[in-house]
Amino acid sequence: MKISQLETVLGFRTVQNSYEDREMSCGYTSDLLSDVMANAREDCVLITIQAHKNAVAVATMAGIAAILVCNSRPIPDDMIEAARSEGIAVFVTEKSQFIAGGEIYQALSRE
Amino acid sequence: MSPMLLNTEDSPPFILELIYRLRIRDVMTRTVISVPRGTRMREVQALMKENTITGIPVAEDGRLLGLVSVDDILNALIDGFIDDVVENRMTRNLIVLEDDMPLSFAISYFEKYRYGRFPILDRSKRLVGIISSRDILIKLLLEFNTEMENLEKQFKWSEGEVPAGSTRCEFAVRKFDFENAGKASFEIKKICKERISDPKIIRRIAVAAYELEMNLVVHSNGGKVFFSWADNKATIVVIDSGPGIPNVEDALREGFTTATEWVQSLGFGAGMGLPNTKRVADEFSIESSPSGTKVTAVIRVNQDEQLPDKEDE
Repeated sequence: MKISQLETVLGFRTVQNSYEDREMSCGYTSDLLSDVMANAREDCVLITIQAHKNAVAVATMAGIAAILVCNSRPIPDDMIEAARSEGIAVFVTEKSQFIAGGEIYQALSRE
Repeated sequence: MSPMLLNTEDSPPFILELIYRLRIRDVMTRTVISVPRGTRMREVQALMKENTITGIPVAEDGRLLGLVSVDDILNALIDGFIDDVVENRMTRNLIVLEDDMPLSFAISYFEKYRYGRFPILDRSKRLVGIISSRDILIKLLLEFNTEMENLEKQFKWSEGEVPAGSTRCEFAVRKFDFENAGKASFEIKKICKERISDPKIIRRIAVAAYELEMNLVVHSNGGKVFFSWADNKATIVVIDSGPGIPNVEDALREGFTTATEWVQSLGFGAGMGLPNTKRVADEFSIESSPSGTKVTAVIRVNQDEQLPDKEDE
């Protein structure tokens, strides 16, 4: 599954679209950034409610491909800016982490 | 609200130490503009305007006789005696301070009397200076500046601390500065990408750097991140200026945290920082006392995991 399919297949809205559209291996759901650092795999999508630029920093350090912000959390401009300069895709959804994670899991399992 | 915005009882210890250590003579303005008693109020007003000051002592032969404030000038204008001599219109019942009193006296006097300035006398009752809240604030800022310089000197790169090598750099990190948090780690990751081919190893270095940098932001009074690349090793050292880790064993236990609720709401302070760092590092050490903590993480990189040297290096 490609990163862009988070929008085209699953309907999550893109808010930062300047990224390299590569294969996404898996997802990781967490709001604890240290836990993300320790356990998220590379090239995954981070499913979280942490909508601030420190989440982008963690994604960069951990090699995460995309961030999906759940529960329609407002996304500050400086987060989008940071994600753009690091080439990390950012999506937003009104769904919870549980539902969004479930949908991504299903989509990845079908492959 | 106090005109000084600080007080002599429950200010931080460093400020208290300062305001009791400094004497009024260290802080006051020594070149006092004063006038003799025969001066007209109008002339005093002109002097105030010229020197942008709001109070002028009346003195003769070093003896303080009174003081003309902006209030006195306003009254003179309203009641029509602006051409009168100051002797008839000055404030006579003055509150004065002595030059060898601690600065704390001046601060509590500003609090108590709400005047803009106090004349300063020496032991033989001669007028030697004048002090305003501006004088105090400027002096305190200068003292803070000196103190900060001393603190920064403590963080200077020392040869023994971090191995020498072709690449080393240092980054200052401030307490609770979530805006700039991660910048040191970004730079370190960039350096590693140019030198290391194995992305797993780059990630381990990035994780260690970021966790240690965030520890400075979340827990320390501020400090520095040092990075060195030499002898097939990436070394990250963070040094802070306190307050120290009371129990290092606790801090190394996963899930143990002392972070405040608002820090946790940002996703930090889950009690995983040091355990994460220890796990990704080949060598890990920590020393802590109330005056500061030093954490060292080393990640070894085999030759075959490195990129060939660039020619210009």
